[in-house]
Amino acid sequence: MNSAVKDENAPELRGFREVQSLAYACAEAVAGGLKPGMTEREAARMQRDWLRERGVRDWFHLPFAWFGDRTAFAGFKVPLQFFPTNRKLEPGMPFILDLAPVYKGFTADIGYSGCLGLNPLHDKLLADLEAHRELILREVRERRSLREIYENVERLMIKQGYANRHRAYPFGVIAHKVDRVAERRWSPQVFGFGTQSIKGLMSDALHGHRDGWSPLWSPYSFSDHPPQPGLWAVEPHLGFRGTGAKFEEILVVTDSKDPEQSAFWLDDDLPHVRRWAEERVAA
Amino acid sequence: MSLRDLPGARERRVRTGGIELCVAELGDEERPTVVLVHGYPDSKEVWTEVAKQLADQWHVVLYDVRGHGRSTAPMPLRGGFTLEKLTDDFLAVADAVSPDRPVHLVGHDWGSVQAWEFATVKRTEGRIASFTSMSGPSLDHFGHWIKQRMARPTPRRVGQLLGQGAKSWYVYMLHTPVLPELAWRGPLGKRWPRMLERLEKVPAGDYPTSSLPDDAAHGAWLYRDNVRARLSRPRTDAYAHVPVQLITPTGDIFLSEKLYDQLELWAPQLVRRTLDGKHWVPRTRPDQLASWISEFVAANEAAEEDGRPMQDTAPTGAYADRFGGRLVLVTGAAGGIGRATAFAFAEAGARVVAVDRDAEGAARTAEMARLIGAPAAWGEEVDVSDEQAMEKLAEKVAAEYGIVDVLVNNAGIGLSGSFLDTTSEDWKNVLDVNLWGVIHGCRFFGRQMAERGQGGHIVNTASAAAYQPSRALPAYSTSKAAVLMLSECLRAELADRSIGVSAICPGIVNTNITATTHFAGADAAEEKRLRKRTSRLYGLRNYPPERVADAILKAVVRNQAVVPVTPEARGARFLSRFSPGALRGIARLKPPL
Ligand SMILES: NC(=O)c1ccc[n+]([C@@H]2O[C@H](COP(=O)([O-])OP(=O)(O)OC[C@H]3O[C@@H](n4cnc5c(N)ncnc54)[C@H](O)[C@@H]3O)[C@@H](O)[C@H]2O)c1
Repeated sequence: MNSAVKDENAPELRGFREVQSLAYACAEAVAGGLKPGMTEREAARMQRDWLRERGVRDWFHLPFAWFGDRTAFAGFKVPLQFFPTNRKLEPGMPFILDLAPVYKGFTADIGYSGCLGLNPLHDKLLADLEAHRELILREVRERRSLREIYENVERLMIKQGYANRHRAYPFGVIAHKVDRVAERRWSPQVFGFGTQSIKGLMSDALHGHRDGWSPLWSPYSFSDHPPQPGLWAVEPHLGFRGTGAKFEEILVVTDSKDPEQSAFWLDDDLPHVRRWAEERVAA
Repeated sequence: MSLRDLPGARERRVRTGGIELCVAELGDEERPTVVLVHGYPDSKEVWTEVAKQLADQWHVVLYDVRGHGRSTAPMPLRGGFTLEKLTDDFLAVADAVSPDRPVHLVGHDWGSVQAWEFATVKRTEGRIASFTSMSGPSLDHFGHWIKQRMARPTPRRVGQLLGQGAKSWYVYMLHTPVLPELAWRGPLGKRWPRMLERLEKVPAGDYPTSSLPDDAAHGAWLYRDNVRARLSRPRTDAYAHVPVQLITPTGDIFLSEKLYDQLELWAPQLVRRTLDGKHWVPRTRPDQLASWISEFVAANEAAEEDGRPMQDTAPTGAYADRFGGRLVLVTGAAGGIGRATAFAFAEAGARVVAVDRDAEGAARTAEMARLIGAPAAWGEEVDVSDEQAMEKLAEKVAAEYGIVDVLVNNAGIGLSGSFLDTTSEDWKNVLDVNLWGVIHGCRFFGRQMAERGQGGHIVNTASAAAYQPSRALPAYSTSKAAVLMLSECLRAELADRSIGVSAICPGIVNTNITATTHFAGADAAEEKRLRKRTSRLYGLRNYPPERVADAILKAVVRNQAVVPVTPEARGARFLSRFSPGALRGIARLKPPL
């Protein structure tokens, strides 16, 4: 489907939009139901149950939840630390929900940052993410190399006084490709990741390797190529001394010559984007 | 005595239990009342400097403890100084100066010992709003502390017992009859002021007052009437019924910090502060005391108004007890090590001045600092190599924010390339920032610190390159070696004034410095390539500037002279002392660029 997408009205995108807004609706519902004393495991289960009730059967990855300084991946050394723990939520604590359901064969991968009650520092981090969303889109349209864009995002984070925390993800990626997934009756997960989706990613990696690109958007030389058409789940993640914030959503890259149509965010009607707009109105 | 040091002080005498207390008041009587209780051998004038500063905001009350200064002594002396009688005195004063509102209590030394009694007995409930304690534990807590350690004498606990035991020598002396009185009325009384100046670095002046020999002789009864009785049979209900702020001087030769290990059990609402200083902090560190007392009083008044228990005003970062409310200035604070340092101090509750030639970056640092715990923070755009600008900055900071307690001269630039490729212009640039920037900082801010006479600390960011020679960094290394030596010399000079100086030698740290380093002898394209390449190498090493910041705070707390930070910096430091030949060998290697 990669090259089939020419612009934002392409019919294939409707399915992706639908599952992405379903995922964000889930995050908002679960975030609204979080109470002091709840654990990451409970928050992860709430997301799973919410989506199962609405027909989700397969996952790119099972839902994650991070509370407190785990939002900044403080002290993370091994990937197992990403999995939900019994960390309890306290008033004022930041949290992140990260979920990637597959629905009717379409994949979403989203990240939702919130906090329980007032936390001006967290507000600041969220507000500062806006510049990253703009920077990424602009530079993808300019067809800069993914590695260079990665470095520019990191530079902006440092300028803002933050640390780049997406570096903690496997391969330090800021984004990875997502695609359609064959619907199977039985789709097991391995280490929390859906086997169908991983299969897709691996086959992309294989093809891409031959043609000199990678489905992982990383700081390494294998990302030293211009953006590859397709759908990218982009997740810039800021950390500041025990507080972390991210968003994650799908960026559509096409091979259109028109810059506007060459790359665009799948959907602008998302909680963080609405929040920024509201802040601008308030200011 | 004269109250000429206390302009506007009003005096009155309060009669109680057969004696008369001399009470002085300053400030607006409508404001909440702060009562200052002095120690031994002292009189209320020990508070002069603190009281003057507090009087701007509060109704300040000081009194001479019975038998001291111009208060009369009980007859007979024996049995006239029990904690019960001292509590009567306090209540009489509080009723006289603030009949309708509870007072904020502050005690130093024996004033604090008494005040612990006031803050823990039933009959004062509702008369005290808060208590700031310095250098005087509750005898009851002390008694339990000893008992616990005797009951289960692990080696550690025995060590603590012996440690405090050794610091308490004077307490045993004071229990001998007559001799202390003779000493105080004779040679000791005469020499005491000089001893305080020499040993305790208390400023000279007209304190102690002429009543000292009598104060000290009478005050011996404070010990005799209370210490043995309370230490052997400590009260079991000595729980503070008010919020307590504990200020511990780190250099107190009479009291071990260990005494307060479990104080939270006795004082559930406790804020801890630590101060670099010796025993007589009311005389040697009045500015800081006044500001902490004011802050604590204000927080408790606000809590009272809101009808809720006081929120923990103290921030939670490492060393918050030490840096809360202090003024810290960091140069080169728009990025890298300087910014991380500003943040670490902010987390510890310090007020932060972020200085950089990058105005936007400095402002950003200040903004984020406020979000993580700095009660105030400012960004200042200054080029540290500009002497006049630095002088103006020092004037502005002193006038608007106060005298800097901790100065971090951190701004610096990189310069790489062989000596033969380095132009005199290159030399000038790097020395102007790396060396002259530090000199200007030390001259202007160091002088203010020294003139204030209340201690402080200067941190200079040198580098491992200060002792690790290298063919690739001749000019940079030279500038940093100069900073290291400057720091060592300054440390020697300023020790007399209780100002510490530390040189920090980071090592390879992942900051922006590699992206701005000038490579002498390289054209623009080559320089760009080299910058990128070194940035990637430093990125691979990935030692975070936050850890250098932590080392800086620790260096201040421990007053360390030279602090190599990363393992390679520590390794090179070791080699420079024990195997300089090896370092010279390393110096000849060409960097892999
Ligand atoms: N990064 C390292 O590996 C390393 C190693 C040893 C020593 N150091 C030293 O640590 C200090 C901080 O460096 P960093 O690594 O954080 O670098 P950095 O480049 O990230 O930060 C230095 C800051 O100083 C500011 N600055 C430079 N010149 C200035 C001037 N004339 N006036 C005011 N501000 C000025 C810059 O704008 C910048 O914000 C420097 O003195 C550097 O020499 C760094």
